[in-house]
Amino acid sequence: MTLALSGKEIAKQIEKQFPGSVVESTADSLLVKAESLLEIAGYLKSTRGLDFDYLTAITAVDFLDYFEVDYLLTSLRRNHSLLVKTRCYGRENPTLPSVVSLWRGADFQEREIYDLFGISFEGHPNLKRIFLWDGFQGHPLRKDFL
Amino acid sequence: MVGKSKAMEAAKEIVIKTEPFVVNFGPAHPSTHGVFRMRMTLDGEVIVDMEPVFGYLHRGIEKLAEERTYTGCIPLTDRMDYLASMSNNFAYVLAVEKLAGIPVPERAEYIRVIMAELQRIASHLIAVGAFLNDCGAFMTPFVYMLREREKILDLFDMVCGQRLTYNYMRVGGVSQDIPDEFIPALKKFLKEMPGWINEYERLLKENEILLARAKGVGILSRELAINISASGPVLRGSGVKWDIRRADPYSIYDRFDFDIPTGTVGDCYDRYRVRIEEMRQSLRILRQAMKGLPPGEARSDVPHLIRPPVGEAYARIEAPKGELGFYLVSDNSIAPYRFHVRAPALINLTALSDMMRGWKIADAIIIFGSIDICMGEVDR
Repeated sequence: MTLALSGKEIAKQIEKQFPGSVVESTADSLLVKAESLLEIAGYLKSTRGLDFDYLTAITAVDFLDYFEVDYLLTSLRRNHSLLVKTRCYGRENPTLPSVVSLWRGADFQEREIYDLFGISFEGHPNLKRIFLWDGFQGHPLRKDFL
Repeated sequence: MVGKSKAMEAAKEIVIKTEPFVVNFGPAHPSTHGVFRMRMTLDGEVIVDMEPVFGYLHRGIEKLAEERTYTGCIPLTDRMDYLASMSNNFAYVLAVEKLAGIPVPERAEYIRVIMAELQRIASHLIAVGAFLNDCGAFMTPFVYMLREREKILDLFDMVCGQRLTYNYMRVGGVSQDIPDEFIPALKKFLKEMPGWINEYERLLKENEILLARAKGVGILSRELAINISASGPVLRGSGVKWDIRRADPYSIYDRFDFDIPTGTVGDCYDRYRVRIEEMRQSLRILRQAMKGLPPGEARSDVPHLIRPPVGEAYARIEAPKGELGFYLVSDNSIAPYRFHVRAPALINLTALSDMMRGWKIADAIIIFGSIDICMGEVDR
């Protein structure tokens, strides 16, 4: 059984390393600041005992006030998982750091979010629309589209 | 004599100058298994770079789902990986049940496992058959495998009256109990199928052409497979023993005894072998599930309109093509606020360009075929 790690426990560890980076933590998820997302992701991937070597999925949700981007991480070696969330504000040009440098599995998924939500990922090697054509107006999965 | 050696000297000095050029492969090409397009940069026949282009079958399923009730989304899931609709149904209803806390009767759990494993065999038959088609074994193995898939489709036809988009599972169970003639038909199938698999093996396992074309071709290393979040036979072909049915058992998979076949080097041949072995393991699970099938209800009492509490849930299964997950967000209305699909076929394609680089066009088709994708799921 994949053990879902408690966000509270991990939050304590992360707060020690990067003070002020965790916004909120619950039993099953962890909400971190967008600025420190990349260093926290790197820490989760390379720290012994955590070893999150596998990025299961990335997805975004539009809550109108902000976009929530969720990272589902799994460790194949230790068989545990964690849900890391982050928020980005503003509807004109929301931006997040890209995690492709850590997990290449993020490549198409970040492009998908860029295409359908209009969230840019800084540091992505090939950020362009994936399903819709260039020149398409708007981002369909936003709640204010149509 | 002197003249000849002079000519040879001159020939040695000629350097063939080549220049990379771009070829559009697909979207409408028999080897792309749907409408997939590859922009290949070639140097002669050798692939220098490849860029996949998606979106030709994008129907906006995730957006459509936001305007349908939770039950109304089930037919949409059928239309993603249409070669494994039962598995899609299964993952989706698991996610809704997790979100809303709906119990499932024991009998329904067994029926679901039987359907999911039959679907795995059906999907792998297409995957292996199409892969051999790509290898050049024109149509013969493919039609052999369609013959057995037909028997599975007959079984599905019995339980839900459909042969492609089943729409069979429901939140809290399955749409209807299996008919009386199903179990005898399944027994007959389970008796015959090992012989059919042996027949493919006799034809193909040591087949020189298959070995020459698939062994050592399109290697996906273990590290890269994990790094690109590959799953299913692609990940296991690279030697990672990771199967959601075992690693994170859902439904009642912890009750069954089965092995997880893995490859060693991660080439096309390993991925093909993993699929063949998985069919045998699925038969093992089917036999156990058929034996354990309890009497009782096939569906629990679920309100017509489901209103899950505010929150989110992620449920995943080991679909034939890999880890299929549904991420649902609820705002306590009758429709999902967000409906996200973790499509294994799309993510498995991440490393395709790495696997193809340096190989010739004919190999590229095999490498692509060995990943086993379904465009309905890639583009959604």
